Amino acid sequence: MPVPASHILVFSLLLFSVGVLGVLTRRNAIVILMSIELMMNAANINFIAFSQRLQNMVGQVFSVFTIAVAAGEVAVGLAVVLALFRNRDTVYVDEVHVMKG
Amino acid sequence: MTLIGLLWTVPLFPVAGFLLNGLLGARFFPKKAVWVIACGAVLLSFLVSLGAVVALRDVGSLTPSPGAAVDARAHRVTLTLGSWMPMGRSADGSELSVDWSFALDPLSAVMLLVVTGVGFLIHVYSIGYMGHEPHPVFARFFAYLNLFMAMMLTLVLGASLPVVFVGWEGVGLCSYLLIGFYYDRMFDEKTRMSCADAGRKAFITNRIGDVGFILGMLLLFVNAGTLDIQGILAKTGTLGPGVCTAAALLLFFGACGKSAQIPLYVWLPDAMAGPTPVSALIHAATMVTAGVYVTCRMAPLYLKSPGAMLAVAVVGALTALFAASIGLAQNDIKKVLAYSTVSQLGYMMLAAGVGAFSAAIFHLMTHAFFKALLFLAAGSVIHAMSGEQDIRKMGGLDRHIPWTHATFVIATLAIAGIPPLAGFFSKDEILWAAFNQRPLGLLLWLVGAGTAGLTAFYMWRLYVLVFRGEERFDDEVRHHLHESPRSMIVPLAVLAVLAIAGGWVGIPEVAGFRNLLAGYLAPVLGAGEEAARAAPHAPLFEVVMMIVSTVIAAFGLVLGWVFYERRPEARVRLAESARGLYRLMVNKYYVDELYGKIVLAPYYALCRAAAWFDQWVVDGVVNAAGYVTLATSYTSVGFDTYVVDGLVNLAGYIVRGFSWVFRKVQTGIVQTYATAMIFGIFVLVSAYLLARGH
Repeated sequence: MPVPASHILVFSLLLFSVGVLGVLTRRNAIVILMSIELMMNAANINFIAFSQRLQNMVGQVFSVFTIAVAAGEVAVGLAVVLALFRNRDTVYVDEVHVMKG
Repeated sequence: MTLIGLLWTVPLFPVAGFLLNGLLGARFFPKKAVWVIACGAVLLSFLVSLGAVVALRDVGSLTPSPGAAVDARAHRVTLTLGSWMPMGRSADGSELSVDWSFALDPLSAVMLLVVTGVGFLIHVYSIGYMGHEPHPVFARFFAYLNLFMAMMLTLVLGASLPVVFVGWEGVGLCSYLLIGFYYDRMFDEKTRMSCADAGRKAFITNRIGDVGFILGMLLLFVNAGTLDIQGILAKTGTLGPGVCTAAALLLFFGACGKSAQIPLYVWLPDAMAGPTPVSALIHAATMVTAGVYVTCRMAPLYLKSPGAMLAVAVVGALTALFAASIGLAQNDIKKVLAYSTVSQLGYMMLAAGVGAFSAAIFHLMTHAFFKALLFLAAGSVIHAMSGEQDIRKMGGLDRHIPWTHATFVIATLAIAGIPPLAGFFSKDEILWAAFNQRPLGLLLWLVGAGTAGLTAFYMWRLYVLVFRGEERFDDEVRHHLHESPRSMIVPLAVLAVLAIAGGWVGIPEVAGFRNLLAGYLAPVLGAGEEAARAAPHAPLFEVVMMIVSTVIAAFGLVLGWVFYERRPEARVRLAESARGLYRLMVNKYYVDELYGKIVLAPYYALCRAAAWFDQWVVDGVVNAAGYVTLATSYTSVGFDTYVVDGLVNLAGYIVRGFSWVFRKVQTGIVQTYATAMIFGIFVLVSAYLLARGH
């Protein structure tokens, strides 16, 4: 007996919420990137859940693409954090506020 | 036309001399060249005048030419040099114009010869008198003298009133310049009057008279329609008696200023501030007689108005007596002569007023001789006394300066009216004419005769105090005492001869001679004199009157001799017993003080009021306009600053306020933005869901 979609959705909701909280509350840029990965994976889980529920492979294919794009995104994100650290000696986002009005 | 055609050069020679000496003299010419030019110019004028006057004798044979009209009946030649003020056509269609025109007739001929002749002698005299002056002053003096000669000759020759007026004002200007010649010197210590002040006084007093002259001229122009003298005189018959009287009195007022008559005589005594040759030339021989000359020139006009004639006679007689009485008590040698001049001018006016115009011109001529001589001799005395003019500090000079002494005696006897010197004949003719005047004849004669006695008295007083008695000067002056140089003595001698013989041209007919001068002047003045003559000739009576006036003159001389030489203590007693009168005379009847009170004081008050008005009202209005503008400007600036700029700034402040608020949102911290975004999504989704009805 398959796991009902609603359970999976609740799980993905929780995962997404953890990601949001992580983005909003952590100062460390790397942790924020990791939290963003959590939210993305929550979305992937939604795709998987609906793919199973609707018996449709599109969702699974979509999530594979998403993981590939996420890999690129992380590469870029880490490169930004690395450049930031080299220039500012910090990875704490609240210390980098040159856009303050 | 012989030399008459060259008449216009007569005033031009002195003008040339004035320009040469005035512009170049002080800088480029040596002193000798300056006086050669100045005297040469006047000598040329004299020679041309002489030639013209000689040519005028054959006036009948002269042919008229363009610009030179000949009037054989009046012995007149009129030269027109050009139009001066063309004025278009008059109402009756004739051409109106004031021309530069000169007229030579017996009247102007006499004046011409007196002015150029005496003027030349005085120029020569000035060479010696001004010889010790340094150069710029020397050249300036001769330049002014020449300018004066030019103006005087213009006055004498002018054939229309405006031309005469040019000369009239020109001599006034020269008189001013020469009275104030030593403009940095004090003239009268007592009244703090400088020489420049004296010049100004003369000029302003003359200006007052000139107003009368101008008004008279305009009145004649309006009524006669021309300014040409002969044109006006030809029309006097058509003018009303009121116009004639008014015009004559106005012209006479001008003559009063120039010829120093009451009430405008006050300037002449102070004109003595000028150098002595100036006093001789301008203030004795020539300029001051211009009023008499113009009065005689306008004789037909005066004869139309018995009232004006009477006024002239009365003013002349009063001036004669009044000035003579002041002359009794003066102590400045030149002041005595100045009051004497005023008195003699009064005589001339008296003659003109009673219609004896040729007698007036006769006395004018003889007076020019003997009064110029007196002044020049006085100048020689002053020169010898190192500049001293107070006769109380002279005396006994006859031994030191014999030539001056001799000529002074001659002139004194001539002015006193002792026959057969010049003054006797002219004065006697005037007295005789005055006696025949109706209705005031006897009174005028008494005043004239009394004046003659006074004249003899004060002149002998002057002579005694200067030349006789003990010497009252100090050793310093005695050391420098010297007879004047020849250039001064020669003119004195020539004038002395004229003062003796000058009267012989006018010996009255009763003595068995012909009155040459009256005969010569008859073409111009004869008709008027006939008209004015009230009494027929009475030869015996005339001789009696002659003897009487001679006795009066002799009596005056003897009285002067008694009081000042023989018994000086009697004079002191007399002065003591009539102390009030004596004080009055010494102080010149306080006329200057009176004028100061009634004329100058109100005038100064008016000036102060005008100054006050100017300062407070006129300036006040101007300043008020300024203040109003200023206040408007402040208001305008305030409106601009606070209202217009305020609105503009307000817009800016509002924008800035919003900016301030919105800027706070931009924290630069990514998590704030993320929070806002999530909150926003929450709100939007909630709203969507609520709208859907869940």
